[in-house]
Amino acid sequence: MLRKDLGLATLVVTVGFVVALINPRFLSPVNLANTANLIGLFGLFSIAEAFVIVTAGIELSVGSVIALLGVLFIDMIANGVPWPVAALIVLALGAVIGLLHGWLITRLRLQPFVVTLCGLLIYRGTARFYTADGTAGFKFGSSFPTLEWLVTGRTWGVPHSAVAFLFVAVLAWFVLHRTVFGRHLFAVGKNEEAARYSGINTRRVIVSAYVICAVLTAVSAIFFAMYTRSVQPSSHGNFYELYGIAAAVLGGFSLRGGEGSIVGVCLGVILLQELQNLVNLLGIPSSLNFAVMGSVILFGVIADTQFDRYRTAKRHAATRASLGKPR
Amino acid sequence: MNATTNPIDLRLEDVTKIYPGAIALSEVSLSIRGGEVVGLIGENGAGKSTLMNVLGGTIAPDAGAIVADGQSHAALTPAQAIELGIAFVHQELNPFTNLDVTGNVLLGREIRTGLFGRIDRTAMEQRVQPILTRLGARFSPRDPVLGLSLADQQLLEIAKALAVDARLVILDEPTSSLTLSETQRLLEVVTDLRREGVAVLFITHRLNEIEQVADRVVVLRDGKNAGDLGRAEIGRDRMVQMMVGRDVKRLYQRKAHEAGAPVLQITDLRTQTYPESPVTLALHGGEILGLAGLVGAGRTEIARALFGIDPVLGGTVHVRDRLLPQNSVAAAIAAGISLVPEDRKAQGLFLEFSISDNISMPSLARMSSRGRINRKAELALAESSRNRLSIKAASLRGPAAELSGGNQQKVVLAKWLAMEPAIIIFDEPTRGIDVGAKAEVYGLMQALADRGVAIVMISSDMEEVIGVSDRVAVMSKGRITGILNQEQLTEEAILRLAVE
Repeated sequence: MLRKDLGLATLVVTVGFVVALINPRFLSPVNLANTANLIGLFGLFSIAEAFVIVTAGIELSVGSVIALLGVLFIDMIANGVPWPVAALIVLALGAVIGLLHGWLITRLRLQPFVVTLCGLLIYRGTARFYTADGTAGFKFGSSFPTLEWLVTGRTWGVPHSAVAFLFVAVLAWFVLHRTVFGRHLFAVGKNEEAARYSGINTRRVIVSAYVICAVLTAVSAIFFAMYTRSVQPSSHGNFYELYGIAAAVLGGFSLRGGEGSIVGVCLGVILLQELQNLVNLLGIPSSLNFAVMGSVILFGVIADTQFDRYRTAKRHAATRASLGKPR
Repeated sequence: MNATTNPIDLRLEDVTKIYPGAIALSEVSLSIRGGEVVGLIGENGAGKSTLMNVLGGTIAPDAGAIVADGQSHAALTPAQAIELGIAFVHQELNPFTNLDVTGNVLLGREIRTGLFGRIDRTAMEQRVQPILTRLGARFSPRDPVLGLSLADQQLLEIAKALAVDARLVILDEPTSSLTLSETQRLLEVVTDLRREGVAVLFITHRLNEIEQVADRVVVLRDGKNAGDLGRAEIGRDRMVQMMVGRDVKRLYQRKAHEAGAPVLQITDLRTQTYPESPVTLALHGGEILGLAGLVGAGRTEIARALFGIDPVLGGTVHVRDRLLPQNSVAAAIAAGISLVPEDRKAQGLFLEFSISDNISMPSLARMSSRGRINRKAELALAESSRNRLSIKAASLRGPAAELSGGNQQKVVLAKWLAMEPAIIIFDEPTRGIDVGAKAEVYGLMQALADRGVAIVMISSDMEEVIGVSDRVAVMSKGRITGILNQEQLTEEAILRLAVE
């Protein structure tokens, strides 16, 4: 665990402790399970976002993809497509979106911000057009027991979204921090030119990052669709990309690429949900929600950079001492 | 401020600058007055650039003082440096290619007219033209910068410095991309400036230029003053000895290598930069082939094309009689080619990554099973590289950024040696590293050649090319203008081919 992660974990525990002191309901099983569910849902696409950010890219279409694929998923099931087939189609569509973004960025040399900003607009617009700006939902009384149990069910009180999040997090941690591919992701993000000079196929690495991101977003889209059970395409998933970026940045990912840890982004997600919970439990007007979140992120980032500067200065002083200060 | 009426009087007193892992300047003193040309010489990494940046206000020294016109400063700001009339001609050319010549020369000092401060193009061009004439430039104020040759871009940089009526002009290797006649022209301009009461600090590797124009020479070695020479004492051998601090011959301990079987055959290779100049070249196992020429002669382009970085327009490359697939770094590495690139920091290293991560980067595939990295093997490789190349590092897990230039270069070398290459291309291998590390790098190259590795060394350092290579191919404007063997190797012979 990196020192940064440790700092964030301390913050998560401290905030939790304070909230629990003021309102003991924070630790009630109902509240914990609900929060865990939200952490799971938001965590899935935050990890997705992290894979792109580590390559010095950005993915702004996450929320719109969640809306578009959510609409399609619900509509397919409502119209009798067996849900495993519908799920596979949604995942495949995710992969296609990722490939498209990766291709535009690496082959046509467009900037990730521009490509995914256009994606944000296009997918949202398509989703709204598809339902004629209506709501996609199930017919009254319809139920899909297996799917519902898998996605929104609980085992020993633990919501399955949280289980899925944990599973994805462990897998992502392994890929990013223990495999050659993960090392290449960091390398491409930190210095694409040096990565090419080291024989890394930088284009393939970058495209893979966008595909992983989009497929994970598709998984997240299924979870969200079943959680809300009806998708209003004009508002479903709005701003989620920014939420994912915020969690990643809190977790130590640099938008310049090549830095960050999966433990960090997970802690980032937990902290953001904890803050949301804090606003609810402490009776802070919910209109202040975003303001609280923004302030904490800003504070965290400032603390982080200041701490970094302090450490660099200390290291410099150490080398200076070891070199022997002239006179 | 006019130089003639108010000549500059500048002194650096015991200036010290320390970087993580290295002392760039240690109690360096230097003085210069109006009407004086001072040559500043020293090996790469001796501290010349740092000193220059201290004068320009972009680096604040850790100790010492800068006394300008009798006033003492702990550090200058860039604004103060400009106010003092200090102008730079940088070695690296960064013209604004979206502006024309006039726009570049008067950037930030545009002449305005009228109520709304419209830019007065005519007045600006009238101001720039005499400067260009004085420099003997072959371009006009309205020419776009995009089409200018490297030499012309260099003249443009000089024009920029002249346009500010500087009291001190600092020239940083201004002639490295100029032809002989252009160089002569520049030296005349330097003499003119001296007559006008301007102080000129002339940084160069070409010692004969110093012999021609300098009134005094300040020698730096390893960040310290290595001595001053007055006009009468200036002489080539003396300067070299002071720069290197030992006999040069001991630095280059060349052994004759038995050229083995041909390993690399380049046939009619055409690069993007010089599509009209096909290059044909053969390389044998166990030889060190120097690739000499001026900056921009197309040497790096050949290296990049061989290594699969740049697309190739035509021609073939055979490694041990097998055709090398083009435009694939992975294929080049698989064929046994390694490249130690020119820009160590941008192309060779991941500065923020650990030394260990840097060394293992190309060999990860071999140190993993089913994609999972074997971290023990990785660390063992780093450890054995440290011993083999005597990399001086506090910890192998520390960032590569904190190493000195020489040790950084060893890390780049280590990452390729781990791949056991048959061919290594070194592009300016000793740029910016100290003398001791240089000797080690040469030693390593010799040892590799002894073991049958074929080596290409691209270098702009004549002494290095002559001292290390078994054979030298000289390039000019994308073509190989000649290949010199041991007996024919002289600086004059190389230069003649380089400007052909």
